[in-house]
Amino acid sequence: MLAQQLVNGVLLGAGYALFALGFTLMFGVLRVINLTYGFYFSAGAFVALFLTRDFGFSIWTALPLAAMAAGAMAVVLDWLLLARLRRRGAPELASLMVTLGGVLALYAASTAILGPDIRRLPPGLIAGAPFELFGLRVTMAQLLILLASLVLVGALVWLLHGTRLGLAIRAMAEKPDAAGLMGIDTGRIAALVSFVSGCLAGAGGVLIGLNFNAIHPYMGETMMLRGFVVVIVGGLGDIRGALIAGLALGVVEVLTAGYVDSGLKEAVAFAILVAVLWTRPSGLFGRPEMRRA
Amino acid sequence: MSLLAVERLVVAYGRTAAVKGIDLTVAEGQVVCLIGANGAGKTTLMRALSGLLRPQSGRILFGGTDITGFSAHRIAALGMRHVPEGRQIFAGLTVAENLSVGAWLEQVPAERARRQEQVLARFPRLRERLSQLAGSMSGGEQQMLALGRALMGAPRRLLLDEPSMGLAPLFVEEIFAIIADLRREGRTILLVEQNASAALEVADVAYVLETGRIVLQGKAAEVAHDPAVVAAYLGG
Repeated sequence: MLAQQLVNGVLLGAGYALFALGFTLMFGVLRVINLTYGFYFSAGAFVALFLTRDFGFSIWTALPLAAMAAGAMAVVLDWLLLARLRRRGAPELASLMVTLGGVLALYAASTAILGPDIRRLPPGLIAGAPFELFGLRVTMAQLLILLASLVLVGALVWLLHGTRLGLAIRAMAEKPDAAGLMGIDTGRIAALVSFVSGCLAGAGGVLIGLNFNAIHPYMGETMMLRGFVVVIVGGLGDIRGALIAGLALGVVEVLTAGYVDSGLKEAVAFAILVAVLWTRPSGLFGRPEMRRA
Repeated sequence: MSLLAVERLVVAYGRTAAVKGIDLTVAEGQVVCLIGANGAGKTTLMRALSGLLRPQSGRILFGGTDITGFSAHRIAALGMRHVPEGRQIFAGLTVAENLSVGAWLEQVPAERARRQEQVLARFPRLRERLSQLAGSMSGGEQQMLALGRALMGAPRRLLLDEPSMGLAPLFVEEIFAIIADLRREGRTILLVEQNASAALEVADVAYVLETGRIVLQGKAAEVAHDPAVVAAYLGG
């Protein structure tokens, strides 16, 4: 029973970690708490829905395509909403408010166009029935989330720490002006980081939409609340922290729902957020004034 | 024919102009120094020249090209490197990574390795620290790294902003010896310095800035003997 709960928690948490990864990357490099991020989660799920339901794509092709579509939206919205503010060195609060306005407009517009109802992915997209693995019940969707999280995290760590491009990204995360003086085109890096982050959010939307089989325009907003807990507990801009905090949040939610009351799982999550900020304002793993992109 | 020409340049932060119409020229191979008190507009001028600040009006010509309003990475690609005030090294990256970022525009790995060897030969202290986080080094070592990082771009032209600021006397001497070396190698240097006497010694031409305007210019040796300069900047 406990082992099953822990497995469920880790599988749920892998989805949270995947989602939070892009959010923390965006903050770590572009230094903006970008509230439009949740929208890319919804967008990824809807693109996958249209591709599989209306165009007969398999989930294996729909997943990367939907992720890239969400990434492309992130690039366009970053350019529309934030590039100008960044060039002028506007205060972080101005950027935050612009993304708040932007995301509310996007959610309202997409609800007006798509309708507020919960959509379902076409049946048979992926084996739905749970099966036994080492005596534990798991679904294909859960395993897919875990696999995708591991692959995408690995790819991100490789990009940041194993390539020259990653070195430029880390340099820009620390000192954008100095990076520009080295000949790094910071506008292009910003676009690239937006794309990668948007892809991560979009992939998260597809996978979690698949897992719960419920897709609706505001799904990204519910997820953003979790995303906040994860990136703040893990330390804003800290990738390793987001991973650990994401998994931990999944476990905490499942255990609270299983042993206490499922209605309390959000309350517990936010109580943890407040407690962490009281005791460690820069996150559980973060050191003040040091950002790990 | 001047390599770098600044014409009636005005640079403002919001509504306050920090540079109020400056004309300045730097010829190829020259060391030109800018002296002036804090707040005279020296750093603002340097930041405008390297593309970190957008001028309000006026022009910046570099090798005959109008580079006014170019972003920093485009100016770096033209072969001019700015070593900014306060060093601005990447503290969270290792020394080797800092140098590698400096050679970002160089696509050939062998050429990057060759430049790193040259930089390490010039700054042997950095060799022992290659895998160390840059932020853990002393101020003097960080300044060496900032210079080394700029030289990884193999620039023919350098903008050096307060390279000796806050350093122990031994390091100050070393920095000025390096500037003299860079000059012998034929590099063009625009130097901003609080240490006016050392700067005037190494420079060919000097400009004196006061509250955003040039109040005096001439051969460095002559400026060094100007009574007002001696009184204000050379502790005479």
